[in-house]
Amino acid sequence: MQQIIKGNQVVEDTWQLLPKDASIENLTNSGDIIVPLALWLEHAHALKARDGGLGVWLDADEEAESIIDDLQHFQVIALNFPVFSDGRNYSNARLLRDRYGYQGELRSIGDVLRDQLFFMHRCGFDAYALREDHDPHAALASLQDFSEVYQAATDQPLPLFRRR
Amino acid sequence: MYIYDEYDQRIVEDRAKQFRDQVRRYLAGEFSEAEFLPLRLQNGLYIQRYAPMLRIAVPYGVLSSERLRKLAHIARHYDKGFAHITTRQNIHFNWPNLEDVPDILEELASVQMHAIQTSGNCIRNTTTDQFAGIAADELIDPRPWCEIVRQWSTFHPEFAFLPRKFKIAINGAEEDRAAIGIHDIGLNAVRNDAGELGFQVLVGGGLGRTPMVGAEIRAFLPWQHLLTYLEAILRVYNRYGRRDNKFKARIKILVKALTPAVFGEKVEAEWQNLKDGSATLTEAELQRVAKYFVTPELESFAGDDAGYLDKRSSDQGFDNWAMRNVHPHRAPGYAAVTLSLKPTAISPGDISDKQLDAAADLADDYSLGEIRSTHYQNLVLPYVRQKDLYEVWQKCRQMGFATPNIGLLTDIICCPGGDYCSLANAKSIPIAESIQRQFDDLDYLHDIGELELNISGCMNACGHHHVGHIGILGVDKKGQEFYQVSLGGKSGRDAAIGQILGPSFAADQMPTVVQKLIDVYVQNRTPEERFIDTFERIGMAPYKERVYAANH
Repeated sequence: MQQIIKGNQVVEDTWQLLPKDASIENLTNSGDIIVPLALWLEHAHALKARDGGLGVWLDADEEAESIIDDLQHFQVIALNFPVFSDGRNYSNARLLRDRYGYQGELRSIGDVLRDQLFFMHRCGFDAYALREDHDPHAALASLQDFSEVYQAATDQPLPLFRRR
Repeated sequence: MYIYDEYDQRIVEDRAKQFRDQVRRYLAGEFSEAEFLPLRLQNGLYIQRYAPMLRIAVPYGVLSSERLRKLAHIARHYDKGFAHITTRQNIHFNWPNLEDVPDILEELASVQMHAIQTSGNCIRNTTTDQFAGIAADELIDPRPWCEIVRQWSTFHPEFAFLPRKFKIAINGAEEDRAAIGIHDIGLNAVRNDAGELGFQVLVGGGLGRTPMVGAEIRAFLPWQHLLTYLEAILRVYNRYGRRDNKFKARIKILVKALTPAVFGEKVEAEWQNLKDGSATLTEAELQRVAKYFVTPELESFAGDDAGYLDKRSSDQGFDNWAMRNVHPHRAPGYAAVTLSLKPTAISPGDISDKQLDAAADLADDYSLGEIRSTHYQNLVLPYVRQKDLYEVWQKCRQMGFATPNIGLLTDIICCPGGDYCSLANAKSIPIAESIQRQFDDLDYLHDIGELELNISGCMNACGHHHVGHIGILGVDKKGQEFYQVSLGGKSGRDAAIGQILGPSFAADQMPTVVQKLIDVYVQNRTPEERFIDTFERIGMAPYKERVYAANH
């Protein structure tokens, strides 16, 4: 079982991440799953009827707007970074939090490296599934890289100029 | 000059610490070169042809004697005694050791400098007019706005991994000396009919492989909304800019694909959600920042200094220098002085550690400690009394700053090219030198008059060749270095992209080619025409004919 960072701690991950081409067949009724967007869009009704926990994941080229009417059904929304240098999901994260009021777990998945965690946290992520070859315990320190920030973002609603 | 408070200081110190740990982990083999790459780039650190290159930010070109002395120290201790002024007002060191970079960043932080976001696919140094705050044609001083944008863009968490690099320039004057038309975002200060201040917003300018002049998406943005509007532009770009092809990833490609009108609508729609949010600028913040840029107290003079004018009429050498390197000032009896970093046979923009120290002394002795870097790769002393100019000239001559060529053919903008840069297709510095040698007669050079000649060693166009009146681009043809020439580019308010003259030339042909272009100009010009004016009147054909006729 993979360990992830949640909040400021390393925890065992209880969620199963389904691949992009996952089908509705063979899904068990129990167990916590994070399904790809396409599966959700096609089988929302069946997925809602399960007893297990439900999350959805968006790829970098998928838009937050495609799930904004469904947010109450998700305990987890995971945003995928196919490569760490693809920054689109930073915007999706901010939109989900700031504009559409999503309150559940927001998790980064994929090519997630420790030196991106500070930025991710500022954009509203609160859980990070680091790439498997990275040690989440060592990465915790990077959440504290900076002790002050200039801009307003999800973690800090006021820019520095309204606080200094 | 903006002075850091405890918050600003903490942020640059945190950065130096963070990077020290990143270098440590890299050297310990904890991550791959590919993973280290964006981290070092966002700190301006390239691995170049022979050694790493470190690009240090000079926000909007503002320096001080203290900072120059620190740069001199870094040049001496960590480099081979040289620094290089870039075409975006920044400073390069070409020979630092990777292991030393954390120490260099710490040294920089001690004088409120840094290398944050000087490279990588993020928001880069905001640039402006080198005569900000002293130009007579200024509507507003752009520097406080540049500083506000600097703070907003520094470690912006949402925009650290954009599709491609992103450059913003701000102009506050009648004439556009900041070249805003060739930036991803160009902001032009304007007043509306009610006299309120705002910005005209241009988007999608840029050079590189697909040169374009920015298009207006908003005629008037009230100043309070500057940051929320920038945020909207960046968000649209971050979400929809192309990421599949590096050469099509700049915002200009997105703006062109959508059309400026449609892109503008998307920005407006996004902005409606951000408008009036907490990032809306306040009068208090504007005042807080603007107070650092208040014109220092100057002596009052009735008009031009008589002694200065006398010296000009009695000393030809001084007059030549004053004509080219001394610029009008808003305050009577004062002038701005350009220290030319373009003497023949020195790489354009290069400056030694001794010269950096000397420039710092000049700034202290004659310019209230202030000095600026320009995108023409020179330095400017902004507050010189006219009565001191003769003395300043003599000191400039001793230090190699007095080449009287500002704005002339030999004041060449030039990238580091194949001598240093691993991206380059061809060398650019030797071409600059051979052209400078061809035009080494000062009277002739002055007679040719104002001319911008820009050289880039590759398509990335760091030497801004597209907007040179004469542009030279290094190209690779089957492993050999060739040079393509363009004419008619301009970077000011009526920015234009140059047109290609024709087939490219070998390096040794370049001085003759430029000579022929100048001959056509001299033979066709009217008394008041500059090179660019004559070109615009008579068109490409006569130049083409002259240059290529000789090849047969």
